[in-house]
Amino acid sequence: MSRARRSSGDGLDALLAAREMVIVAGSGGVGKTTVSASLATAAAVELGGRVLVITVDPARRLADALGVGALGNTPTQVDPELLAAASGRAPEGELWAAMLDTKAGWDELIARHAPDPELRETVLANPLYRNLTSRFVHSHDYLAMEQLHELHGSGRYDLIVVDTPPSRNALALIDAPRRMREFFGSRLLKWLTTPYRSKVFSAASRPFTQIADRILGSHFVEDIAEFFTLFQTMEPTFVRHADEVEALLGDLRTAFVVVTTLEAAPVHEAIHLSTELTRRDYPLAAIVTNRALPKSYTGRAAATSARRLGAEAADESSAMVATVAERLEADAEQVAAVLTETAERFGEIALIATREAERRSELSELAPLLVTAPPLEHDVNDLSDLLELARHLRSPAR
Amino acid sequence: MSSSAPPRAIDVSASEADLVHLLDRRLIFVTGKGGVGKTSIAAAIADIAVRDGARVLLVEMDAKGALSTAVETGPLTFEAREVRSGLWAMAMNTEDALREYLRLFVRVPLLGRIGPLARTFDFLADAAPGVKEILAIGKICYEVKERNYDLVVVDTEATGHIVAQIGAPSVIREMIQMGLVRDQTQWMLDVLNDPAITAVAAVTTPEEMPVVETLELITALGERTGVEVSTVVANRVLPAIFDRARLGVFERLGEADDLLRTAAGPSASVVIEAVGAAEARRRVGAEHLEALRAGLPASIETIYAPELMTRATGRRVVALLADALAAELDRGGSA
Repeated sequence: MSRARRSSGDGLDALLAAREMVIVAGSGGVGKTTVSASLATAAAVELGGRVLVITVDPARRLADALGVGALGNTPTQVDPELLAAASGRAPEGELWAAMLDTKAGWDELIARHAPDPELRETVLANPLYRNLTSRFVHSHDYLAMEQLHELHGSGRYDLIVVDTPPSRNALALIDAPRRMREFFGSRLLKWLTTPYRSKVFSAASRPFTQIADRILGSHFVEDIAEFFTLFQTMEPTFVRHADEVEALLGDLRTAFVVVTTLEAAPVHEAIHLSTELTRRDYPLAAIVTNRALPKSYTGRAAATSARRLGAEAADESSAMVATVAERLEADAEQVAAVLTETAERFGEIALIATREAERRSELSELAPLLVTAPPLEHDVNDLSDLLELARHLRSPAR
Repeated sequence: MSSSAPPRAIDVSASEADLVHLLDRRLIFVTGKGGVGKTSIAAAIADIAVRDGARVLLVEMDAKGALSTAVETGPLTFEAREVRSGLWAMAMNTEDALREYLRLFVRVPLLGRIGPLARTFDFLADAAPGVKEILAIGKICYEVKERNYDLVVVDTEATGHIVAQIGAPSVIREMIQMGLVRDQTQWMLDVLNDPAITAVAAVTTPEEMPVVETLELITALGERTGVEVSTVVANRVLPAIFDRARLGVFERLGEADDLLRTAAGPSASVVIEAVGAAEARRRVGAEHLEALRAGLPASIETIYAPELMTRATGRRVVALLADALAAELDRGGSA
């Protein structure tokens, strides 16, 4: 382990300082990856320790900024000098980044769990291996969990921030260990690994086998059987890991953070996700409302100002319009037109802000902590942008 | 527009005379990255066709239930239901698709006895390359082939899956040497690979990742399937607030902040700041749209749907989107 991390104040800092793993979940398109990278970067700069962020599918420029472009599963350290330049200070800790790569991940997993090299090669050479591993029991989610197990177990990192795979239902991720365990104990696996010929003659499954043969072709069914027979020999390790990952996810070393924007569909998903996490006793620590319009937009004062600006603009003898035009050396009619459009557009923005505020209040009861970041006026492309986002996330609620 | 594009050698299919109008196809896959508004766009395309008097089937591929919200009906089932005059909706389900497939093509009187082993078969179908996809795509192609509807609109899963789905018939032909599934692939390919019948509409928003994914999808579909993206729908496009001259004035309003605050109260600054931030975001979006245009082949049409500044949800949103798309597609609006 590296240097001890600084103790923290409130809010997200407390989480980042005290937990070993922060899992960031939410629906697609809400900025999950950016929020994950942002929290990890801030933790490395401000709180210290060795911090790892695992991203799933970062935008190209963000991946470049983190230096994970082509490196896949192996964590790489973000250049400390870049980090120092972006933060304007000497970072307290180190920032590492890795990308989750399921394809390479399965090969590594088989290599790790195979009892002997011969078996390993046979599995890897099975023609259906790639196709099967990418599909069965939510293997993508399971791999994410396996990779976490490996990285957490290595003891190299004080904090691991995980950007979860874009999954139909983020809960599939936490269900992955249980599904893997169930799969090994299932009748399904027993059936699949029963020698092919005896299956054909077993009265109970004959009609089924005939149909499977007719539809899929018997070669195919045999290939599948071979693969799972080999796979079964790796059961003990897989099941032990599943148990350990499950324990890690459920206790207080871990925190779940749900990210959402304040649009209808993502909020709906965030409510579902938060409720389910809590119901299953997983440690939901915070909800992040990302790209949320500031509260000041919904106030009476702003509405009054917008109305007055509109009224001045409509008044042809407005002294204010004349003075503004004079100061800007602009045409008074142009100034009036700009103010009219500004007031109208503000009305639309305020309407959206109001709707967002309503949705935000629906979320406030669901987690111990609700933090908000405003929409940034530019894309998040580099370490400075990540730190800017983190400043919003870490500042106390407005 | 097209006159300024460089001529594309002898690529006759891309010439304007042969361009089949999006809505003249019989099968439209609507795809795009999660969160770009795929479902609303799919429902809006269906809405336009229904207004034109077509019988339309909307298919939801993932079980998220977003489509039932968009068309304001209860949970959808595999059995298509007429949700209003001219519009049917269904939710894809591999298990049901398999049963229907067995009933139609295998004609074995064993369905009842498969019961306890259905999960096993479901797993096999899931593990076999392309089988799950072909059951889904087969169901869709079947509805098109049988002409049960004038138009089938598919609200697909996220971009990553559509290549696997549309490409399933070809994959099956390569991977499975024999068996009934393989024999069934040819008529599906006939439906999918005919650009007069099938179209893919890719939905994006003016943001970096959705634009990148859209361009990647166009390449991947072209390389790995016989189906090409015909239309890109740029959704949630923010309209320009000011023309160039007025933008110049707006950007300098800060210099008169004191005058505005005196006349309209201290929150005048908040008003100006809010509109300024919206304008900045619009500009970032416009850059992403520019990257999209630069990356698109000339044969792909782009249509724009505005960010809806409305309180509405469900069918009302779909109708507003349909108005906007109909105008872009030159089909006249009005519900």
